[in-house]
Amino acid sequence: MPALEYYIILSIILFLIGLFGFLSRRNLIVILISIEIMLNGLIVLFAAISHFTKDISGYIIVFFIIAMAAAEAAIGLSLVVLIYKRLRTVYSDEITNFKG
Amino acid sequence: MVEKHFEIVTNFNIYVFLIPFLPLVASIITLLFGKRYFRNKSQTLPILALFFSFLLSVKILIEVIHGKIYHFDVYTWIFAYGLKVGLGFLVDPLSAAMMTMVTCVAFLIHVYSVGYMEGDPGYYRFFSYISLFVFFMLMLVLSNNLAQLYLGWEGVGLCSYFLIGFWYQKKSASDAGKKAFIVNRVGDFGFALGIFMTFYFLGTLYYNEIYPKLPEIANKYIGVLGYEVHVPFLIAFLLFCGAMGKSAQFPLHVWLPDAMEGPTPVSALIHAATMVTAGVFMVCRLHPLFELSDAMMFIVAMVGAFTCFMAATVAPTQFDIKRVIAYSTLSQLGYMFMACGVGAFIAGMFHLLTHAYFKALLFLGAGSVIHLLHHAPDPNDIRIMGGLKKYMPITFWTFLIASLSISGIPGFAGFFSKDEILAQAFFSKYPWGKFIWFIGWIVASMTAFYTFRIIFRAFYGEFKGWEYVHGKPHESPRVMIIPLIFLAIGSIFAGWIGVPKILGGSNHIEEFLAPVLGHPRIIHEVSHSTEYLLMLLSVGAGLFGIFLAWLVYIKKPSLETFFSKNFKPIYTFLFRKWYFDELYLYTIVRPTLWVSRKIIRGIADNTIIEGIVNGSARVVNITGTGLRILHTGIINHYTTFILIGILVYLLVYLYLK
Repeated sequence: MPALEYYIILSIILFLIGLFGFLSRRNLIVILISIEIMLNGLIVLFAAISHFTKDISGYIIVFFIIAMAAAEAAIGLSLVVLIYKRLRTVYSDEITNFKG
Repeated sequence: MVEKHFEIVTNFNIYVFLIPFLPLVASIITLLFGKRYFRNKSQTLPILALFFSFLLSVKILIEVIHGKIYHFDVYTWIFAYGLKVGLGFLVDPLSAAMMTMVTCVAFLIHVYSVGYMEGDPGYYRFFSYISLFVFFMLMLVLSNNLAQLYLGWEGVGLCSYFLIGFWYQKKSASDAGKKAFIVNRVGDFGFALGIFMTFYFLGTLYYNEIYPKLPEIANKYIGVLGYEVHVPFLIAFLLFCGAMGKSAQFPLHVWLPDAMEGPTPVSALIHAATMVTAGVFMVCRLHPLFELSDAMMFIVAMVGAFTCFMAATVAPTQFDIKRVIAYSTLSQLGYMFMACGVGAFIAGMFHLLTHAYFKALLFLGAGSVIHLLHHAPDPNDIRIMGGLKKYMPITFWTFLIASLSISGIPGFAGFFSKDEILAQAFFSKYPWGKFIWFIGWIVASMTAFYTFRIIFRAFYGEFKGWEYVHGKPHESPRVMIIPLIFLAIGSIFAGWIGVPKILGGSNHIEEFLAPVLGHPRIIHEVSHSTEYLLMLLSVGAGLFGIFLAWLVYIKKPSLETFFSKNFKPIYTFLFRKWYFDELYLYTIVRPTLWVSRKIIRGIADNTIIEGIVNGSARVVNITGTGLRILHTGIINHYTTFILIGILVYLLVYLYLK
């Protein structure tokens, strides 16, 4: 089993990949996937810390995050479907109804 | 002479209370339900209310004659350290006489209006307003304190405004209403200051408390702008400002001729018989105050004399029948003030009472003719009348009676009252009495001249308004004629209550009013032969005026234009009413408008206030325009801002930690 530091680095890399995708991609579905990646980074972090400290509460939080991520993905995707139905696009730079 | 002993009743008396409040109730009900439910039956309630008011007034008057005075408070509105303001009634000989006259004339004019206003779309409105007017007038007359007098004073002004602008679709009518209201405002401002002064110096607004306190201020002086001003003069002058406005005396007389835009019954009731006499009534009511200052008496006399003379010179040049009578009203009000100014308060009140009858009759007679010609573009123009004696006999005879009365022909009401004024002015203890008599004597003949000018132009000669009447000219409906007859009776017999002693009368009115107004301030040695001579002179003046009118308008019509042709500048000066309207236009109206437009609107409003309001809007606008750049509508940008925000927050958090 590798040391805790590697898990933390993996988790940070996952989070930054997700953050980068979240900020830079135009496709709403990809943005949702990026959010999932960020969440996965967190899950890895919690699970690793829980494992090394022998504390079960980290695992519990992991389950909560997974449940929440599932719900979030479901709602997010259905919103994307609705946006597509109404605006005929899923690219965020084409949806500029809020332009001031 | 034995002073009459009065029994003072201080208990609440429902009859006195009902006299003003019946018309008020009728007015409110008519206003609320008139449009939908009463429509052309709107006259019923006000007329019934007025009739009962009149009966009650007569009942109260008889009780007052038999030595009762009602003086009671109904309710106190404000009571705060000396200041007492409330509703109260004082029925003494002065107010009883005035009250009976008001209800009587008002009742007759209500009846007349049924015919005159028939078919008018504002029929219910008219009756409601005119009843409301009677309520305020009675409140004014019957009040026992200055605050309630002021209520009535403003109330009648308000109703006058409503009724002058009654046909508000007509520009000239609504303008005239505004003019009346604004001019009165000037006077009423002074009146309000006068009431404040009264309270400041005397500490009360109730008449019965004012009178005993007057000696305290008789020799008091107060510094105003570096001058020592006699306190009674100051108070009386401020109060008199109100009287000048309401009673249309120079320099605030300009609204009354314009007020003739209102319906004729209104002109008769408000602008001849009752409201405009409120000023005289007020001066009489507060006569001990006015008498404390000789300078004030002089001003009252001079204002009266000037108005009297000025109006009498304008009247013969006008062609609008109602305007002629309006100037005649100005002139007669001038007489009343002249009487007050020489201390002949009783004569002034007496003339007020007789004048109410014959002037109302003149107006209603004119109204009867106007009613006939109401299809003409200008039904008031005496140039389209003529020869109406044949077609409208009752109107003619009643109008003639009123004219004889106002001209001071013996036997008619106007003779006794006018003669009383002239005689008492001549014998007055005030040094300006002789001058006042002279003015009054001159004006007496002018009055006769212009009144008979109307008679000869409207009722004699050939009828010239054929194109405006359907078929032959005809007499007005009976509902209009009967009030004329009653007023004609009043115009003859109202004077008989004051037949002077030298004609074998007993002068009841003087006996009746003396306990309130005191005996005339005349010098002691009055020679009867001089008195007869004065009477002869004033009758002669009246007859001369009538003769002159007959000469000019019947005998030698070529003389008609003699004056206007040969003395053109003077004629134009008189025809333009001494240029008072123009004078006020250039000295007051235009500068006020200029200041309002340039200073108030241009600088204060447009620059400062709008600057603040629009400026704050513009700041928000500019900030918003700047921030719009950040608001792209693209979600990715927003998320970037969120990230930056979180980072900044974290940095700050870590830094502070």
